[in-house]
Amino acid sequence: MRRPRFSPVDVVVFVAIALLLFGILRLAHSLNSSSASAHVAVISTDPANLPYYAARSLLRIFIAFFLSVVFTFIYATAAARSRRARIVLIPILDILQSVPILGFLAITVTFFIALFPGSELGLECAAIFAIFTSMAWNMTFSMYHSLITQPVELDEAARMFRLTKWERFWRLDVPSSMIGLVWNGMLSFGGGWFFLAASEAISVGNKTYTLPGIGSYVAAAVDKGDIGEVGIAIGVMVILVVGVNFVFWRPLVAYAEKFRVETSESAEQPKSYVLNLLRESSIPSYIAKPLKPAGRVLDRVTRPFGLAEYPLRSPEYKRRAGDVVFAAVTGAVIVWGVYRGVVYFAHTAGFGQFARCLYLGFITLVRVIVVVAVSTVIWVPIGAKIGLSPRLSRYAQPVVQVLASFPAILLFPFAIVIFLALHLSLDYGAIFLMALGSQWYILFNVIAGASAIPTELREMADQFRFPWKQRWRELILPGIFPYYVTGGITAAGGAWNASIVAEIVTYGKHHLVAGGLGAYIAQATAKGDFAEVLAGIVVMSFYVVVVNRLLWRPLYRLAETRYSL
Amino acid sequence: MTDQRPSTAFGPEPTGDVILEVNHVSKSFTTPAGQPLPVLEDVSLRLHEGEIVALLGKSGSGKSTLLRCIAGLIAPTTGTVSYRGTPINGANPGVAMVFQSFALLPWLTVQANTELGLQARAVPPAERQKRALEMIDVIGLDGFEEAYPKELSGGMRQRVGFARALVVQPDALLMDEPFSALDVLTAENLRTELLSLWGGKDFPTKAILIVTHNIEEAVQMADRIFVLSSNPGRFKTEINTDLARPRDRRAPEFEAMVDRIYRIMTERPTPEAGQQTTVVEPGLASPRDYPLPHVSVGGLAGLLEILNNLGGREDLPRLGRLLTFEIDDLLPIVDAAKMLGFAEVADADIELTAEGKAFVEADILTSKKLFATAAAAHAPLVRAILRALETTKDGTLSERFFLDLLQGGFSQDEAQAQLDTAIDWGRYGELFDYRAGDGQLILTPADDMAA
Repeated sequence: MRRPRFSPVDVVVFVAIALLLFGILRLAHSLNSSSASAHVAVISTDPANLPYYAARSLLRIFIAFFLSVVFTFIYATAAARSRRARIVLIPILDILQSVPILGFLAITVTFFIALFPGSELGLECAAIFAIFTSMAWNMTFSMYHSLITQPVELDEAARMFRLTKWERFWRLDVPSSMIGLVWNGMLSFGGGWFFLAASEAISVGNKTYTLPGIGSYVAAAVDKGDIGEVGIAIGVMVILVVGVNFVFWRPLVAYAEKFRVETSESAEQPKSYVLNLLRESSIPSYIAKPLKPAGRVLDRVTRPFGLAEYPLRSPEYKRRAGDVVFAAVTGAVIVWGVYRGVVYFAHTAGFGQFARCLYLGFITLVRVIVVVAVSTVIWVPIGAKIGLSPRLSRYAQPVVQVLASFPAILLFPFAIVIFLALHLSLDYGAIFLMALGSQWYILFNVIAGASAIPTELREMADQFRFPWKQRWRELILPGIFPYYVTGGITAAGGAWNASIVAEIVTYGKHHLVAGGLGAYIAQATAKGDFAEVLAGIVVMSFYVVVVNRLLWRPLYRLAETRYSL
Repeated sequence: MTDQRPSTAFGPEPTGDVILEVNHVSKSFTTPAGQPLPVLEDVSLRLHEGEIVALLGKSGSGKSTLLRCIAGLIAPTTGTVSYRGTPINGANPGVAMVFQSFALLPWLTVQANTELGLQARAVPPAERQKRALEMIDVIGLDGFEEAYPKELSGGMRQRVGFARALVVQPDALLMDEPFSALDVLTAENLRTELLSLWGGKDFPTKAILIVTHNIEEAVQMADRIFVLSSNPGRFKTEINTDLARPRDRRAPEFEAMVDRIYRIMTERPTPEAGQQTTVVEPGLASPRDYPLPHVSVGGLAGLLEILNNLGGREDLPRLGRLLTFEIDDLLPIVDAAKMLGFAEVADADIELTAEGKAFVEADILTSKKLFATAAAAHAPLVRAILRALETTKDGTLSERFFLDLLQGGFSQDEAQAQLDTAIDWGRYGELFDYRAGDGQLILTPADDMAA
């Protein structure tokens, strides 16, 4: 059956692609603009400029996403395929996941600006890098997990049929990791908006750096104290989040269904209008046609890298010698790193800073605990209610998803106006600011958990006329528990990160500061004191790791063994 | 032949060139307790051009492990596998494999799946497509080229598995229980088609090695049947099936051969020369030497019930056919009945004992008591657990204690499966109970014990 040569659908798709290309070309041109004041793009708060700023922000987050995917492919494959690499790479990833990304910004900005002097490109790289660090770890873990749990017989078939390393990667490894990668990519991307907004306007060492973007637009509006312009920017932001979901993530999620390994269909097929449109159109196949020979060339060029195979036996002494060399090199690097760190701190901030950080970190920890506890009390009952009603959750789920993706930092000005009016100290207000972004993870997951409780069990509870207490204790709470744990750990992570921007805020001529590790890091960044920044990051990572080990890990295990449906 | 093989070969060695040679291969895995767990012991085998060889064995005979050693997917602990005289150290270049679970890539179409091996061999696209389409045609998948595996039935999926393997024209085709995931009719259909292709002159491969636990399948397909014993897998016997093709399942010679193999596979392991020949009463033996067959009490009672209705005595192959049970379904239940003294097996016939008859015909409470007595006396692991629980003050012990002991002789999964079976039996007989919350085994107090 041949499709007609040109249909109305094709026109739509063609126009969309043309616009996209045009936009990217226009933006690419402006990326490397160098002006006299290279690092302070003048941000005009005229709303007419907003589309341009929004496009710049959008390009930034997509570049960061692309880099995260490349990083994930390399890092996850190395960790999954090499025994020695795994020993080093997985613990590193585990730690990186707990590091507050915003704290890093001071260091990376300085580094990248030195790399591209006199150009906006350095600042652009720093912002992209910050967004990248917020997305990459999660996706890498997901792909690593998919690779090590790959079905044995698929691995055997790939080796048996003598696929090359390259072919195996694209035919087996990427497709079998696809579903996890898309879902985690979507969640990470949602988180990335926050870091996008936070990284476009920053001050390091008494200098303020700005990049044209929606985040810096809001920052400029806040400086002017113009709450109306902040409101418009927020509207644009909502359109961006919803739009990217509609044109990019929904189609991708629906497309990824193709890569489900279980050969039976999943119960509910994700649908996407955009994907259907693309499938109707013949343009994608026109684009794919010239790419096929390119793929074949790549297959051939990568052939010398060898088969996705390994010798069954290798001489014992060779393996031993490799292990010894590897252990020696790794050990030496660690010892050297620790030594350099100790020397660095001894000569700069001094170790007394660590004690101070531990104390301040405890204050922030209390805030994080309050955020999680209060969000739990508020959102668990509401989330369960929504999740148990299929009709409600169908409407609520996308809204909550947008709320979770929306960079809460853009809402801070409104909150600050209220704090100022009420004369509320930021010591308490910071809790509210931290909760603005992180609470949604709990709601989101609880809804998902409640709607996953099987209908039969709900009907059983109705049929036996469970009183509400029993219903909660024996059906709802155990049912949502595993989901709640996921939501809780994400919310806590988000709150830690948010503390760096929430414990010290500026609105117009008002400066509010709260005591805490987040404020400490932010102040050290403003001063340009890298030793203090580093001490703050180390201590914050330490708190995150300890809480994860002592609280969330055991809860996870309990959820997996006892409460998985 | 240079290897010292027991002289049970029933005919002359085939004359075709040797494609694959397995030379004194042993394979052992390591138990979680760190002890070696032998799976295969000193197996030697040759595959010649022009023959179909079946590797037949019960579960635990290491037949799939042997096949993976031959395919070069895992390394034998000792011994070598050679392809055309060259020892292999990596995926065997001269074979292609058909998997039990098909192992198709769900994101590729039938045609792309079929082209997979050709692509890996850098066959140019045009030729690749031509050869794949030809093979798709031969294997009966015409019209399904653009379908994805998940749109196909099991039988059609396995056809793709065959097409993918045959299109690379391997010297030898390896098959790992290729029909066991299919329903009976589909399996029969696919088997017959494969055999008629094998009989044709254009068949792209020179020999077939098939792993199976289905005796009739082996007799229907193979020129030589290589029977492996279990725990660990050792060479047991080799049978030449010189029946004329196509083979008729209802022919008396066919049935006679199936019966003969049934007999070989159900007889007690013959003690090897040099080992003590006194038969140990299983109840007094160690749980490691007499593992519990993985059988639920319900399945056991069901089989005994049927046997009783059939007059208390039945030919095993007929019983298997009657229940459409394959040997891996039937033999564990038979072994359990034998272990508990509810049935006896002689010459491929199973006969209900007096205890067995009493167990079947009693009311529920009495039959529980009878079961408890039999399990405590004859099932080594149940007996060992009882003894251990009786020595403690509160009659409670952690499952970890038993798992650690079992892991000295079994793999982690098998140790768990052994304990699960013992718990099932112990609970049914009300000998002891198991509390999942904290993983404790609890002795049932004497006053409400059924036994």
